[in-house]
Amino acid sequence: MKIYLIILGLFIVSFNVIAETAEEKGLAIAVEADKRDTGWGDQQAKLVMTLKNRFGQESRRENRNKTLEVDGDGDKTLIVFDSPKDIKGTAFLSFTHALRPDEQWIYLPALKRVKRISSSNKSGPFLGSEFSYEDISSQEVGKYKYKYLRDEKINGRDTFVVEAIPQYNKSGYTRLINWIDKERYQPLKTEFYDRKNSLLKTLLYSQYNQYLNKYWRAGRMDMQNHITGKSTSLEFLEYKFRTGLKDRDFNRNALKRAR
Amino acid sequence: MKNFEANYGQWILRYRWLVILACFFAVLMAASGGQFLSFTNNYRVFFSEENPQLKAFDALERMYTKNDNVIFIVTPKNGDVFTNKTLAVIEELTEQAWQLPFSIRVDSITNFQYTSAEGDDLTVQNLVEDAEKLSASDIKKIKEIALNEPVLKNRLISRTAAVTGVNATIQLPGKNETKEVPMVVVKAREIMNDFNQRYPDIEVRLNGMVLMNNAFSEASQQDMQKLILPSFILMIIILGILIRDLSKPWYSLLVLFGALAATIFIVASYFTKGVHLVPEAIYKPLSYIVIALPFAWYLLFMRLLPGTATTFLIIIFSIMAAMGIGGYVGFPLTPPSMSAPTIILTVAIANCVHILVTFLHDMRVGKEKNAAIIESLRINLQPVFLASITTAIGFLSMNFSDAPPFQHLGNFVAFGVVASFILSVTFLPAVISLLPVKVKQVDTDKDQLMERLGDFVVRNRKRLMFGMGGVIIVLISFLPRNELNDVFVEYFDESVTFRANSDYMIKNLTGLYIIDYSLASGESGGVSNPEYQKEVAAFSDWYRQQPEAIHVNVFTDIMKRLNKNMHGDNQDWYRIPQNRELSAQYLLLYEMSLPYGLDLNNQINVDKSATRMTVTLKTISSNEIIALENRAQKWLQENTKYITQSDGSGPTVMFAHIGKRNIVSMLSGTTVALFLISMILIFALRSFKIGFISLLPNLVPAAMGFGLWGIMVGEVGLALSVVTGMTLGIVVDDTVHLLSKYLRARREKGLGAEDAVRYAFTHVGRALITTSIILVAGFSVIAQSSFELNAGMGLLTAIVIVFALAADLLFLPALLIKFDGKGKGK
Repeated sequence: MKIYLIILGLFIVSFNVIAETAEEKGLAIAVEADKRDTGWGDQQAKLVMTLKNRFGQESRRENRNKTLEVDGDGDKTLIVFDSPKDIKGTAFLSFTHALRPDEQWIYLPALKRVKRISSSNKSGPFLGSEFSYEDISSQEVGKYKYKYLRDEKINGRDTFVVEAIPQYNKSGYTRLINWIDKERYQPLKTEFYDRKNSLLKTLLYSQYNQYLNKYWRAGRMDMQNHITGKSTSLEFLEYKFRTGLKDRDFNRNALKRAR
Repeated sequence: MKNFEANYGQWILRYRWLVILACFFAVLMAASGGQFLSFTNNYRVFFSEENPQLKAFDALERMYTKNDNVIFIVTPKNGDVFTNKTLAVIEELTEQAWQLPFSIRVDSITNFQYTSAEGDDLTVQNLVEDAEKLSASDIKKIKEIALNEPVLKNRLISRTAAVTGVNATIQLPGKNETKEVPMVVVKAREIMNDFNQRYPDIEVRLNGMVLMNNAFSEASQQDMQKLILPSFILMIIILGILIRDLSKPWYSLLVLFGALAATIFIVASYFTKGVHLVPEAIYKPLSYIVIALPFAWYLLFMRLLPGTATTFLIIIFSIMAAMGIGGYVGFPLTPPSMSAPTIILTVAIANCVHILVTFLHDMRVGKEKNAAIIESLRINLQPVFLASITTAIGFLSMNFSDAPPFQHLGNFVAFGVVASFILSVTFLPAVISLLPVKVKQVDTDKDQLMERLGDFVVRNRKRLMFGMGGVIIVLISFLPRNELNDVFVEYFDESVTFRANSDYMIKNLTGLYIIDYSLASGESGGVSNPEYQKEVAAFSDWYRQQPEAIHVNVFTDIMKRLNKNMHGDNQDWYRIPQNRELSAQYLLLYEMSLPYGLDLNNQINVDKSATRMTVTLKTISSNEIIALENRAQKWLQENTKYITQSDGSGPTVMFAHIGKRNIVSMLSGTTVALFLISMILIFALRSFKIGFISLLPNLVPAAMGFGLWGIMVGEVGLALSVVTGMTLGIVVDDTVHLLSKYLRARREKGLGAEDAVRYAFTHVGRALITTSIILVAGFSVIAQSSFELNAGMGLLTAIVIVFALAADLLFLPALLIKFDGKGKGK
């Protein structure tokens, strides 16, 4: 699927520049972003999540993420929760898919068992935060239909402004608007529009660093919910790439072993 | 002072054109504040910022999400919700409800997140999906689940499965509520109408807090159309007849009605500006017409009815000025404050009547017009001033109320009273002097009816004193029969859709009375503590056993269900998870699998230290709510260790306390008003004794009114708490007029007490009866309000005014002769 899209994208970019429609240009940008972010293999990071309500009350959660790049489909992710204390050691494994329900397993140390979660929901809040799992799972090209809107400058950087319409019918959104950095092909800002197409959340990406001389990763994401006034910030620490993770590190047994 | 009163009339007449111009200008200036008036649509307006119950509720809403809601009540005509067709409609309606502006959550039986287990698989899914394709056995299973699910039963599905609800939680941004609430309501009605049209087998109704908020502004507007205009019509007719202004009755009445039809437009457009019911392109020119029409009308018809027409103009001016000033100050229009125009109308008439009656009397006995005006001002300036200032003080006492709408009402009326006083001693004489006034000349314009009445009272004073005294004591003895009660659903009468739908919902689905408890565990993450959870569960069980409770929504039900799911759906495990880690991990697992909008943020706070338990109740009285809450607190105190804080809150609790809080605060307000008014009377009448005697007829009517209320109704609430202070200012007027005439006869004419009473009767009796009739009529119109607070207030006030008139005419003279009878006057 992805290869087909890339070929399609290349075709569009190289042969049809002048007659390119907004939809084609949007797709081309998504394809290019995906292409530039291919080949990193696997990655690990520590994640600190800070939840804030409208009145400044705060709550912190910490976890570790491991991700394995999967060619042609969504990535495999394993999350181990370190805090708060009562969920320490809980581990969550998911195989992301673009248009069908993700596969999800969770290991509950208090029960010493792995449970498979069968649910078509991706749009609920992740750990009670303003991020849904839909927001932080891997972004496949096929998840959305695209439309290029305009160019804009954000914080002195040139961006493409691209609208993305979710294709998964249980998505919580009607559309997203992404501001994609023209140089790095990474998002600087995303707006999320809810089911009645009114602005629900804004996500800002910052503290970008380049790894392996190629891959850009945001060190910080700030999500603001405009309706409830709540916000969540995600900080990514200690990024590591190509640590030798394999498929067998992402199955039920691995989930039990994960600490 | 004497000199001033005599010269004042001459001065007014000399500069009459200037006076008229100045009045126009001042009124226009003040009335321009009307552009800032708008209808409020939030029940919270009834609570002051210091209100402890409001504070508690605000704190709770800060912790969780706000719970303004819109609920679609769905009734399939075949009486069973669980059919493919109806379930499909509910699925669609659930989807559509997300389209409501500011919706953050939608709950229904179809999107209920049903959890089930098979081996180590946990399935989380909508209870109903693709309803059209479900088999009969699927539906049977779904029905069984729904009717056994504590989260749903009696909240979103009736126990008979005949009625179901789709509940949308709305988070209003609160930036411009006058616009936000109608936006939600318009969309909700659009959806409702659409469904009712497309699915004739199903009936959809609307309810919820947003609808209630909207009902406040709708009731205000309904009142405006229903009350203000009839009161105008009624007043003008009464006035015309009573001051014998209608020389050619039928012709004049016709003219009057024509003119009043035009007025309908005027007043309506003046007050609807705030909500822009009328587009700006229409109301802009309209507001010019508003200003122009009274003048046009006046120019055409003043020759026919000079007194009535001028009074009418003064009323309009007073109302516009008062509402305009209120607009400048920033008062919102609420149902209570919407009765201000009617009250101003009646009170403003009273001032004019006193001046006109004397003026016409003097002309009839042959005085020249201007001389009659000067004399009328001389005689009436002081009593009209006193009556106005005391009325204003009475209404200003409403500022002590804990409910801001009544403060606004008091202030609006006080502004109007002051405006009408100023106009009736400037504008009225100046205009009358410019008009041709024809009266039938008589030798002596003795008011024979009043003379006979005065005679009767003097002769029978002993019997009257004891008779009235007996009636007073009997009525007052019924005072304690009144019980405090504020049922906010019943603030609206059945003609308001919100009320009808509330009644339907309460009867068929669930309650509207809700108490929220924020149960704090005292530590971050403490909601997972099994000891804490056990207490929460026990508390919810206790509540479920209370006869008043219909439904309890508590998160421990979810924990029990998850525990069961995690043990292969074994019913034995339907209990609180045994340890903290397990609870926390279940919660994590559950939260990971919920869809957008169905998370637990409305039940658990950010740092997971507290949960919200929501109890739905039958519609019960304020006292029963307070008693139930006290029982709950007592239970918590005796049975819990881990729950650290647990105040019940919410609109239900707020309204349960509002009556008592207001009565307490109005008690001090009324006392202050009584003290000030008595001081003014003593000072103005220059007699401590007379001032002191006047206390009795001033205070007794309100007590009698509440006594009669105790016999007739027996329930008092928020609205009636302001009646004493308010009527005090009004009933004092009668006393002032009577006493000032009485004293004038004693001091200027040297009459004895008995003759002074007769003098007072012949000179002021008719005016008193006239104004009382007008006031009673005015407040009786308010008693027709579709807003119960206004209706009750209007009715009781009318009763009090009748008693006041009786006390002044039948009781006060006897007291005067008894206690002021010695000596033959000065």
